[in-house]
Amino acid sequence: MSFLPKPKFHHPALAVNALGFTHRDYEGAISTLCAGCGHDSISAAIIHACYELSLPPHRIAKLSGIGCSSKTPTYMLGQSHGFNSVHGRMPSVLTGANLANRDLIYLGVSGDGDTASIGLGQFAHAMRRGVNMVYIVENNGVYGLTKGQFSATSDRGSKSKKGVENLDSPIDLVALAVQLGATFAARSFSGDKAQLVPLIKAAFEHRGAAFIDVISPCVAFNNHDGSTKSFDYVREHNVALNALDFITGRSPIEIDYPEGAAERVALHDGSTITLRKLADDHDWRDRAAALAALEKHRAEGEIVTGLIYLNDEPVDLHARLNTAKKPLNEMGEAELCPGAKALAAINASLR
Amino acid sequence: MKATDVSHPDYFHKVVDCQWACPAHTPVPEYIRLIAAGDYVGAYMINWRSNVFPGILGRTCDRPCEPACRRGRVEEEPVAICRLKRVAADYKGDIAPLLPKPPQNRNGKRVACIGAGPASLTVARDLSPLGYDVVIFDGDQKAGGMMRSQIPKFRLPDSVLDEEVGYALGCGATFVANRWIDSLKGLLGEGYDAIFVGSGAPRGRDLDLPGRKEAAAHIHIGIDWLASVSFGHTTKIGRRVVVLGGGNTAMDCCRSSRRLGGVDVKVVVRSGFAEMKASPWEKEDALREGIPILNYHVPKAFIQDNGRLLGVAFEKVAASKDDKGARVLTPTGEPEVVVECDDVLIAVGQENAFPWIEKDAGIAFDRWGMPKVDPLTFQSSRPDVFFGGDAALGPKNIITAVAHGHEAAISIDAYCRGEDVRLRPPPMTNLVSQKMGIHEWSYDNAITVDRRFKVPHAELAIALKNIRAEVELGFDPKLAAAEAQRCLNCDVQTVFSAPDCIECDACVDICPVDCISFVPNADSEERLRASLNAPSTNPSQAIYVSTPVKTGRVMAKDEDLCLHCGLCAERCPTGAWDMQKFTLDMAQAGTSCQSRA
Repeated sequence: MSFLPKPKFHHPALAVNALGFTHRDYEGAISTLCAGCGHDSISAAIIHACYELSLPPHRIAKLSGIGCSSKTPTYMLGQSHGFNSVHGRMPSVLTGANLANRDLIYLGVSGDGDTASIGLGQFAHAMRRGVNMVYIVENNGVYGLTKGQFSATSDRGSKSKKGVENLDSPIDLVALAVQLGATFAARSFSGDKAQLVPLIKAAFEHRGAAFIDVISPCVAFNNHDGSTKSFDYVREHNVALNALDFITGRSPIEIDYPEGAAERVALHDGSTITLRKLADDHDWRDRAAALAALEKHRAEGEIVTGLIYLNDEPVDLHARLNTAKKPLNEMGEAELCPGAKALAAINASLR
Repeated sequence: MKATDVSHPDYFHKVVDCQWACPAHTPVPEYIRLIAAGDYVGAYMINWRSNVFPGILGRTCDRPCEPACRRGRVEEEPVAICRLKRVAADYKGDIAPLLPKPPQNRNGKRVACIGAGPASLTVARDLSPLGYDVVIFDGDQKAGGMMRSQIPKFRLPDSVLDEEVGYALGCGATFVANRWIDSLKGLLGEGYDAIFVGSGAPRGRDLDLPGRKEAAAHIHIGIDWLASVSFGHTTKIGRRVVVLGGGNTAMDCCRSSRRLGGVDVKVVVRSGFAEMKASPWEKEDALREGIPILNYHVPKAFIQDNGRLLGVAFEKVAASKDDKGARVLTPTGEPEVVVECDDVLIAVGQENAFPWIEKDAGIAFDRWGMPKVDPLTFQSSRPDVFFGGDAALGPKNIITAVAHGHEAAISIDAYCRGEDVRLRPPPMTNLVSQKMGIHEWSYDNAITVDRRFKVPHAELAIALKNIRAEVELGFDPKLAAAEAQRCLNCDVQTVFSAPDCIECDACVDICPVDCISFVPNADSEERLRASLNAPSTNPSQAIYVSTPVKTGRVMAKDEDLCLHCGLCAERCPTGAWDMQKFTLDMAQAGTSCQSRA
């Protein structure tokens, strides 16, 4: 951490996006996390993704729970709406916000404790309901705020800083998300922005429950030999299934790929992602294959990253419930409170 | 690309743009920090050691440091380095006890300096404490050279000049006033071990135009006229004055005229306003005193009637580019412009003049009439004669003369000891971590967004009444402290150790100016620059390239806009980045550099 505010001066030739903002306009307050925290890199990746997508900052809502990870929304998107909820309850609060105002862009930021331990049930239901959101777990496999106990995502056999071995089975949040009905499931690494930024951008463009598990080494408590979530271990065992190039509809760029090596996926707003296959045995449209790939690489001691599963025709919560097309705050009193007569009619229809 | 060799003294020196640009390489950020801390004595002594005349230069320097200042690239204006230097001089109090005393024992070597300007005074200051018997000859009554004769008192009061000339001479040199050296051979015959020529560029250029001779009583050579004003011989000038020329001498001429009875004073230049040689701030000062500057006017004739000057005739020109891209001035064909006036001051340049050096004195001259001088040692073709200042390489400025003086003193010392003058003593350099705690540094690393503060000026009506009244009042300590905070501490270097890096990206993410990138190495600097996170638009600034980090990439830092805020080092979990203060002290004549050489 640092006591200094980040200096206001920026590179005079910094590029601006379609809204006229530089990436610095998407920053938040200066981080108070430990120096070198993977979470700060993820914040930077989110900043870059929002900047590159030209998302209007005032149309983004960032929500989080409790934990180191859940502090990070303060350190990004300073011009956006924010809500720091109860531990593990971000998915419910976000679902409620989304129901009330469907037009905002929802970003849920959570950690392995907040999502895989106390908030596991909340996480499960947000995924299965198909809440239109980007759900990012900053996964360091350790309870950093309480000084380094194993979390629910710690691998069996991983060693704590004091050399104690973890004997419990880990929760694979990506596998869980796929099983529960997430329509976008990916894993990445805080130390690989080239992979992470396009994934976050694609997740923002996805109109459904988009889940990204980002391995984020805890420099204070989980970056030692014997840890399976250290910078060195993740770099050595990282197997990327695919590489993703994000192409916005506004500026189509033709890139030549060898025949059969790349596949294009159109997203809702006319933008395209191009997936370059790195492991030829993976079909990212196939849920069963996604789960099989996760299991296969886990058994081989590898950490599989990239876009693991995508259903490019998602049906989100609003569509399923057939809710009103307008956010509640844009409706008048007559629409919101149709009166006793309307209520009587509804009640009568249910008798 | 190969990893940057930061152990070479030039690499980090170049990052300290101001120090690199200064001919004397004064450690600017170091003394600015001391000014911010209120240690004016410390700040003054750093300057005094390096540039000999802090109070004089703090008022009159050409400031090569300021256009180089990194702050000018980050925002609009550089730090007011020059005027901060003056603050150290203004508020230092009595520093006499800190100065070197004349030596108890002389070494028996005698050195003569010709001319008592900044170059000779520097030679005297450097050599006298070592035991040399230095004698300075000057045709004027007091030492100071052009600093006394050409710089108007409203820019440089005599008190400041007397004090600092006194400090230089007080180290043990002898000043011989009123002795104009008119024969080098004669002086050589007096048995000196070495002679230093610091006689300046004493001849003002003339304009040989029709009417020049007839109206000579009302047409004056700028530097001669300024000297005459300076010594009190000239106290009046006509109501309407035309100053020809666009350099700093022209600015001094026009502003002096305004104070001696000139009401309608005009500066007329051949070039465009922007191309004028005068420093921007000197042009600003002239304009502020109500002196218009007419550009693109080429003087053609002095109009006179029986010796009475009526005016100057000008041809109007326009600037254009020729085939080779060089600027040319071509007449516009408009009718001649006549500017009526009572007096003309010609300030169109200065020349060297060595009529007193005999052809057979053993000094070789080039075809432009300049002595052949080794630009490293300042030795002439005669091993015992050295040149410095304007006399050596043509008219420049005070700080350049000081730098020449230091180098010549090293050479004279080496020569007198029978050593090779071309073996130059290296500068003293040091690099020390400034870390005081987890996020505490020994320097103030917060970056202020304040814009450049203006130096208070005396009220115009008062300033114009008295030619000896100083116009600039200088920063007070409060303004100085605020201006000093604008300094980016470029001497506190970002030092990177690749083996310690875990590639967490923390430095990349926190850098406010996006100057750090981790990229695959490239085979050329151009390709590497193209791959960086932010546009790399200033090729004059280096890229700091590391040895490969674990993933095989390299850390590449564009030095151009680095704020030296230290956030990269604060955010680094492994101490791969550290903020280390780079110190570079130029060698000076003396025992300390002998032991190093």
